[in-house]
Amino acid sequence: MEILKQRPSRNPKEVLTFALLVFLSSITLLTTLGVILSLVGDVAQFFRRVPLTEFLFAPEWTPLFADPRYGISPLIAGTFLVTLIALLVAVPLGLALAIYLSEYASGAARARIKGTLELFEGIPTVVFGYFALLFVTPLLQRVIPDLNIFNPLSAGLVMGFAIIPYISNVAADAMESVPRSIREAAYALGARPYEVALRVVFPAAISGIIAAIILATSRAIGETMIVAIAAGQRPILTLDPRETIATMTSYIVQAATGDQPTGSTGFYALFAVGFTLFLLTLFLNILAQYVVERYRERYE
Amino acid sequence: MVSLEMLKEHETVRTAPVSEAEALVDVRGLSLWYGKKQALYDISVRFPRNQVTAIIGPSGCGKSTLLRSLNRMNDLVPGVRVEGEVLYEGVNIYDPRVDPVAVRRHIGMVFQKPNPFPKTIFENVAFGLRLMGVKGSELEDRVVEALKRAALWNEVQDRFKKESGLRLSGGQQQRLCIARAIAVEPPLLLMDEPTSALDPIATQAIEDLIQELKTRYTVVIVTHNMQQAARVSDRTLFMHLGVLVEEGPTEVLFTKPKHPYTEAYITGRFG
Repeated sequence: MEILKQRPSRNPKEVLTFALLVFLSSITLLTTLGVILSLVGDVAQFFRRVPLTEFLFAPEWTPLFADPRYGISPLIAGTFLVTLIALLVAVPLGLALAIYLSEYASGAARARIKGTLELFEGIPTVVFGYFALLFVTPLLQRVIPDLNIFNPLSAGLVMGFAIIPYISNVAADAMESVPRSIREAAYALGARPYEVALRVVFPAAISGIIAAIILATSRAIGETMIVAIAAGQRPILTLDPRETIATMTSYIVQAATGDQPTGSTGFYALFAVGFTLFLLTLFLNILAQYVVERYRERYE
Repeated sequence: MVSLEMLKEHETVRTAPVSEAEALVDVRGLSLWYGKKQALYDISVRFPRNQVTAIIGPSGCGKSTLLRSLNRMNDLVPGVRVEGEVLYEGVNIYDPRVDPVAVRRHIGMVFQKPNPFPKTIFENVAFGLRLMGVKGSELEDRVVEALKRAALWNEVQDRFKKESGLRLSGGQQQRLCIARAIAVEPPLLLMDEPTSALDPIATQAIEDLIQELKTRYTVVIVTHNMQQAARVSDRTLFMHLGVLVEEGPTEVLFTKPKHPYTEAYITGRFG
């Protein structure tokens, strides 16, 4: 039987398709590896000039001063502050929206709102940045007189709204995937819709909900344009939301757009900050995956 | 073949009908529509206290729909419409002044597939009690009591506060669901094919349990398994195409069915 000996993998079209797919998917993988490798070289350059202890523990970030200091803590504090403010806005609103979408909205309303949120996600963040600087900050200054023009409060609030879709859509998906039979059990016991949502569906979907929050956090940490425009570029070690600050991302923008001459220590500092940012978001993404795997309920 | 028109012309055949005084639930002229499709046709039947009533019939005959009308679970289906009355202790649960949530707190339900919450065994059973505001040592006592009554206590007593209900076997999960339903002491317990997802041994355990339960509760059980109906129930309803064809004491219905369709079904000629 000749026909049985013709294995599908020997079929030239099959081989070609397979090779093409492997090639295309390896492009993304290789690009990522390339980015990391090129970072590592420049990061090494930086640490040849600046000791790791200074980078980690010095309280100042002043690459442009006559006596430059390279302590990353002011940038981390700035990033942390803006991220915290953004999460204080995005977590409650995003989760409330998720509960509404998965438990209360009718099918048509759900589709429409989710679609709108996805559009919202697509707005360039530079638009949010100007909105924070030109609209939200003046508004806040009426209430808080000594608020700086550039401040993490305004940037954080606006960023909070910008990342709501990341929380609401992912959390709503997690809640919608809780089996109908579990909801029925709760209704049959005389639970009201809010009790079903809060006591049954929400806890059952907790792994997906936490993952949504972690991913939104990672997103907020990496967010660049809103903070570069609205929070300022003055790296000070403070947690006062009225002061002008700088975040890791806004320093990278500053350094990469020409404030630092190529080959200078300040220029290499760009890569050290970028690498720190990379490690931080990588850690959060891995944490999110771990949480999803570890705490996912298996119903069958 | 049996047609709906032929069925609707006949009155329900009744043997030894249940008196109003014996009835915990009294269904009067109940019709139900899912959107435009009618699923129940003018059903009248009484469910006697402290007895097990089985509802049998081929797939799609409306037996689950009838069961879910008794605790207003059908309200959760969009586009459902109900006509007629369901009197529970003399009160029409479809009266606009009645809160469906209050109805469901009086009536327990066990589903086809075991559906424990992804919580500990304790929290599963405590759920309905917590909704009613039971707390502290009373809560604990009643959870343990319900687990005992559902014949699950011996198997879980050393781990019921720590282990997730989802870690139990299928048969244990279903007994957990029964414990969860009876923890709030509902006078009426509805069971929708409670053993259809279980193996014969687990099924036997549930059937034994139903016999125990009827001393305290009124049970209505939907089953596609005629032997099960014959084994566990005192009375049986036979439905077909949304019509209640015949009802009466189980032994009469299975040995001397009066309606030709009932006979055809129980002898396996259709369905």
